[in-house]
Amino acid sequence: MHGAQFRDAFLCRLLGADSVIRVEGIHKSFGEVHAVRGVSFDAPNGKITGLLGPNGAGKSTTMRILCTLLKPDLGTATIDGADVVTDSLAVRRRIGSLPHGSGLYPRLTARENIAYYARLCGLGQDVIEDRIDEIVQALEIGDFANRRAKEFSHGQRTKVALGRALVHDPQNLVLDEPTTGLDVMATRGLRDLIEKLKADGRCILFSSHVMQEVAALCDDICIIANGMVAIHGSVDEIRQRTGREDLEDAFVAALGMVETK
Amino acid sequence: MMRAFLVVFVKEIVDNLRDRRSLTVALLTALTMPLLILFLISFQIERFSDSDEQSVTLPVIGAGHAPNLMRYLESRNIEIVEGPADATAATEAVEAGDRDAVLLIPDDFGEQLADMIPATVALYSDQTNTAGNSEVGRVLDALYGYNQTLAAIRLSARGVNPTMLRPLNIDNIDVSTPSGRAAILLGMMSYIFLFALLLGGMYLTIDATAGERERGSLEPLLSLPVTRTHLMFGKIAATCVFMSFSLSLCLMSVFVSLKLVPLEQLGMTPNFSLDVVLAAFLLLVPFILAGAAWMTLFASFTKSYKEAQTWLGFVLLVPTLPILIVSILTPQPRFEFMFVPALSQHLILVDMISNEPVNGLHVAVSALSTLAVGAILTWVCVRLYQRESLLG
Repeated sequence: MHGAQFRDAFLCRLLGADSVIRVEGIHKSFGEVHAVRGVSFDAPNGKITGLLGPNGAGKSTTMRILCTLLKPDLGTATIDGADVVTDSLAVRRRIGSLPHGSGLYPRLTARENIAYYARLCGLGQDVIEDRIDEIVQALEIGDFANRRAKEFSHGQRTKVALGRALVHDPQNLVLDEPTTGLDVMATRGLRDLIEKLKADGRCILFSSHVMQEVAALCDDICIIANGMVAIHGSVDEIRQRTGREDLEDAFVAALGMVETK
Repeated sequence: MMRAFLVVFVKEIVDNLRDRRSLTVALLTALTMPLLILFLISFQIERFSDSDEQSVTLPVIGAGHAPNLMRYLESRNIEIVEGPADATAATEAVEAGDRDAVLLIPDDFGEQLADMIPATVALYSDQTNTAGNSEVGRVLDALYGYNQTLAAIRLSARGVNPTMLRPLNIDNIDVSTPSGRAAILLGMMSYIFLFALLLGGMYLTIDATAGERERGSLEPLLSLPVTRTHLMFGKIAATCVFMSFSLSLCLMSVFVSLKLVPLEQLGMTPNFSLDVVLAAFLLLVPFILAGAAWMTLFASFTKSYKEAQTWLGFVLLVPTLPILIVSILTPQPRFEFMFVPALSQHLILVDMISNEPVNGLHVAVSALSTLAVGAILTWVCVRLYQRESLLG
């Protein structure tokens, strides 16, 4: 299975398939609440796509649909061509996810947390240790790799959780508000890491409710409000289309566009 | 994909072995429950030996009026002491609980006896004082005995066969075997085993389902390329291991405790040899799966550790409820009962401990039906784990 992942990732890079996360007109309701109403966007390889929107805009729901945790009521979502509903296992094989909060096991050490996911993803015992060493080095978590997660700071937890999401070397990464609650230095460290992952040619989907953060990191921005896409494009495109130079003003203007739709 | 199941299983075991809370609960239940039995049995033994071997002390008012009666009572191992001053003082002493019983012999006792008038003696006792009941009973027995003896002597003196006074010869035969009597007390051991079993896996179950959701570790876990069925199987299997551990510990500690109690003094010869310990373990093995799945079912419904804990009492009560109901109605093992998990194990266990023959068919039906219930509950758990609302 692991070999297959590498092959998939390799083929993707070789063929230059540029659109790996594709969302087309998805809807999702929870009882009376219509959380996502026809969201569509593409996220290509080698780029960071930002999902930007106020709290409750439908970002997390969209990301959970991509992780196959929720089924869309309407519309489709595919990852490297694999459908999230009909081929969910293949989707999960190609995706690494960092949900809200780190979700580490407090009584396991950082290494054990990562090793658990490595084993679940079917990595052989012989490669696990090397893979963890690699991740520990790349994420610079060596100082606390053998300590139990209970004692970690928020930033440390986020880093380990990111390492855990990377353990099966997924081509696609879905990061749900990873910088929430992090201090300046930790945010900066995480941003550098995400840049590195992008340089590897991965497709990264990054959600946030902070305009500046998305602008600093993302190549493409997809602004979501009220469960709908307000605007999708590069930072400059968004500035142009909203006619606002200031990013925050552009964000507010984009939100206004949804209201008038 | 067999491996994913094993990975979850090993992780849950390691993770929960590091959880002091779940370990403490498992150890405490397994070890304190047998201590409770020990205490109850010792208490019984004390009461039992009290009533037969030790002499009863009886304060008597006016002992001088009935020297023959006093000699008779002493021959029945009743020690006569000087009583209170009068009837009023006797009443007070008994009421206050200073004395269990006081015997009053009126001044005219001897005259009445000589005149063949029924001679009155008064025995003051307090029926609500349960601790003194057995002593009062023994004094009464002795008095009736003296009554009989005197009657027999009077009849003989007139050339009448005293047996005429006994048209009935009541032979009260107690067919309960000594170990059968033991079973009543030891019947509650199956409760203790079932509780130890359930509590042993309780915290792991809550931690692996409700706890996982509360910590936010469920969402990334479900985003991994693993089917939820494997996750659920791994978690239930880990619960089963903790439950088996707790059960073995409890069985062993009961085994050791019973060695420390002189049960023969109670006329009890319960069979709790190592063979029975092993058989009891095997008998309860099918119940482990049913219990683990049953607890997981509840823990998956709940959203947090706290909420899961509030259900704990109910979850423990339900499997033991049939035992309670049936033991009030009828204690005899019936074939239909063998289909009910927990109840069937309880009935077979009581038979085993009281040295009764165990019906092989009953054991087979009990094991199969309990396993079936376990499989159904596991299936329901797996179904519940597929729900979208699982993430809350």
